[in-house]
Amino acid sequence: MARLVGMMLNGRARVDAVPDNLLLLDYLREVVGLTGTKTGCDGGECGACTVLVDDRPRLSCLTLAAAVDGSRVDTVESLGRDGRLSAVQRGFHEKLGSQCGYCTPGFIMASAGLLRRNPRPTDNEICEALGSNICRCTGYVKIIEAVRYAAELHAAGTSP
Amino acid sequence: MNELVPARNIGSYVPMIDGPEKVSGRAKYTADLLAPGMLAGRIYRSPYSHAEIIEVDVSEALRLPGVKAVVTGADCAATFGVLPIARSEHPLARDKVRYRGEPVAAVAAVDDATANKAISLIRLKVRELEAYYNSKEALAPGAVELHANRTGNIERDVLFELGSVEEGFRTADLVREGHYDCAEVCQNQMEMHAAIADYDAERERMTVHASTQVPYYVHLMLARILDMDMSRIRVIKPHVGGGFGCRTEALNVELIAALLARRAGGCVRLSVNREETFITHRGRPQTDIILRLGMRRDGRITAVECECWQRGGAHSGYGVVTILYAGSMLYAIYDLHNVKYVGKRVLTNTPPCGAFRGHGTVDIRFAFESLLDQMAHELKLDPIAVRRVNYLTAPTFTDNDLMVNSYGLPQCIDWVETASGWKTRKGRLGRDDRGRRRGLGFACSHYISGASKPVNWTGEPHATVKIKLDFDGSIVVLSGAADIGQGSTTILAQTVAEVLGLELPRVRVVTGDSEVVPKDNGSYSSRVTFMVGNAAIEAAHNLKRVLVAAAARRLEAKPEEIECLGEVYRAGAQDKGLAFNEVVTEALKDTGTITVTGNYSTIPESHGGKKYRGAAIGGTMGYSYSAQVVEVSVDEETGEVNIDKVWVAHDCGKALNRLTVEGQVQGSVWMGMGQAMSEETAYHDGLMITGNMLDYRVPTIADSPPIEVGIIESNDPHGPFGAKEAGEGSLAAFLPALTNAVADAIGVRFNELPVTPDRVFAALEKQRRGRNGRKSGNGSEGTSASRRPG
Repeated sequence: MARLVGMMLNGRARVDAVPDNLLLLDYLREVVGLTGTKTGCDGGECGACTVLVDDRPRLSCLTLAAAVDGSRVDTVESLGRDGRLSAVQRGFHEKLGSQCGYCTPGFIMASAGLLRRNPRPTDNEICEALGSNICRCTGYVKIIEAVRYAAELHAAGTSP
Repeated sequence: MNELVPARNIGSYVPMIDGPEKVSGRAKYTADLLAPGMLAGRIYRSPYSHAEIIEVDVSEALRLPGVKAVVTGADCAATFGVLPIARSEHPLARDKVRYRGEPVAAVAAVDDATANKAISLIRLKVRELEAYYNSKEALAPGAVELHANRTGNIERDVLFELGSVEEGFRTADLVREGHYDCAEVCQNQMEMHAAIADYDAERERMTVHASTQVPYYVHLMLARILDMDMSRIRVIKPHVGGGFGCRTEALNVELIAALLARRAGGCVRLSVNREETFITHRGRPQTDIILRLGMRRDGRITAVECECWQRGGAHSGYGVVTILYAGSMLYAIYDLHNVKYVGKRVLTNTPPCGAFRGHGTVDIRFAFESLLDQMAHELKLDPIAVRRVNYLTAPTFTDNDLMVNSYGLPQCIDWVETASGWKTRKGRLGRDDRGRRRGLGFACSHYISGASKPVNWTGEPHATVKIKLDFDGSIVVLSGAADIGQGSTTILAQTVAEVLGLELPRVRVVTGDSEVVPKDNGSYSSRVTFMVGNAAIEAAHNLKRVLVAAAARRLEAKPEEIECLGEVYRAGAQDKGLAFNEVVTEALKDTGTITVTGNYSTIPESHGGKKYRGAAIGGTMGYSYSAQVVEVSVDEETGEVNIDKVWVAHDCGKALNRLTVEGQVQGSVWMGMGQAMSEETAYHDGLMITGNMLDYRVPTIADSPPIEVGIIESNDPHGPFGAKEAGEGSLAAFLPALTNAVADAIGVRFNELPVTPDRVFAALEKQRRGRNGRKSGNGSEGTSASRRPG
């Protein structure tokens, strides 16, 4: 069965007829075409599909599209302003928090969620917020630096 | 006149030039390339570990509405494999299945649900055979042979003795033997395998997008499997989400996608899931090692005797090379003579292993550095001092003819010794405020900068780079080098910009499409910076010559009088000169669009020797070196080992990009940590039971330590601007540095990997029980692998 599902997706109102069993991840990638959100595992293991639902990080591979009816959903494509990178994006780019880039959208959305609720996180708070995201390239050292740097940029006025 | 100083691009912190795509979600990976009408591919996999195929019945699947193609082993008689001498694998099994999960049939259907339904309708009839899940069983007399032409299930045995180990052990003051068992590990890169194959039936052409490190090898194998002329095939490598070696050969995924696309006469996307990515495997084999070392009282090594068994899985893959590397790379780190190596690569009914980061060197290095530490302890020598009396003196050739021109190991060791406070802290850390016992461990490792002889020898240069320059004045670098996240595209831009004295934004790099870019062997064995980097430098010099000649014409000067300042070319210091675009306009007058080529080939002296069969393996133009100190604390109540800090120094010759060198070194160390601490595949009757990221335990950000990197620059005479590899050599040292640190903390030496809390807890229990007045010491106790496979 399908139902009409409406959401504010990356700042734009949108309504689609969505099968009841369609995952938010597959809705974003295959229906809407927002492929920035990645599939990295068979369900809830890696965090690559993290998006923000009403500003809170959510694994889109464990969320039904129908369950976010009426919500605000932000993916990595929503970040930045006027074509310029956001603070978290700049952090991951300039500090090499991203190597192959595949886990990056998930890390960036989890980090953006963190900075929206806690603009000045400690290293422990960073690790806690990113504890369910897996990266195979960086060893996480530069990811922590990226989020620290993003917090500084954010404090200086760059959008998170 | 400061504005005339040419731009400097080498040696600084340069973010990757494709970074903005990656952080914005615009970077397209294979599975992101959606197209209308694309079919969904799915693989039917063997539920048996070892069996003769009697029948693959796909008739019901074919009748299902929405199914557009079904292929089985009957549709492809050709075999594939990365080594021309060992192509034992069919994309879809024929006659036999040899591991649980081996592809047997595949379908393409209008959507995933239909494809899944079709898979459930396939029936496989077999006669089961005895299956072997470890080297010992496979090598037992009378075991059923997996392959008709591999007697005794041995893919390859290697034996060499250079010098005399008998003589070497006779002159030793201490001889010790250690038994080591390293679990099988898997790359588990974040992007699962994917391929999109698009067959143009009208023109009989095939286009394949693949998540690969080696588009050229995929191209070769597609031609072989499809029996198509190579000119009708195009291979495109989009962004790739990591590889770490599992994509250094054509995989069944891209070959099956192509077989389906041709049968369906259309476009098929084959995205396999995480469990299937684990089963496709190509990881590091489970390895048993028996190592004997002879040592003089001063720490000098007098003899090395090493036996090594690798459980290679069901097909050849890189197996021959892996077992040879394990022997040849005993050398080129210390000054060794009297070395004997016996290696056996064994075929078993498990998924095929491959070329995991640090290919062939990691488990052997673990054994070697562990035993060195243990013997240093027995001889009451500082483990660092033991390394110092065994240094090579570069330039030199090792006993197995490996060429060593630059050798930064002493500087690496000095750096970590100082940074970690080794002299004052080793053996004196005691307990932390939570009562955990703390320790420091040390070890070294090394790696090649590309194999001097490629596996697919054609006589061509090792690397070719083209540069195109046209009316717009942008420098377009064309290269087949596969950026898989290591940053090779950025390095190419930097090297070309450096030679021409230009800023990076003027340079664009085009890669990854066989229709456009020169062929490249691919991203493996850390060859790209060294080989493709050198080719790029030559191409840039060739372009500069054209531009200098054009400037000389316009300025009515001799070419040798022209000063190239990047954006300005001038004939004398007082001359205001010509802007870059004016030089380009002049240069285009004769030829129109300019294209130049740069090539790179290794020198024969680097090709290794002929002293034993396979002695060329290990030969390279430059070895990287690494030293590490690991600090741990061990919780005696839980057996949990915490990594508090890692200091690592890596000799990369010259850091072309300090940011990416640091990132590569940290990533290597951390991947070594995963193997040392928690990662391990497991099978139940051949069924992989760790095919997900929870059971296959990858360290999270909360488990991961600070990793402080020291960059050592030994300036290799052949390296591009002096550079050598930076992305693999630091992995291996972590493993023994960790177990040496644990031995320092609790006096127990772990010879089995990974060092999981249950193993630590069991060892501590044993230590507590055995402590009836007997004093225990570091090195005297150990958990030892008693298995001797054959």
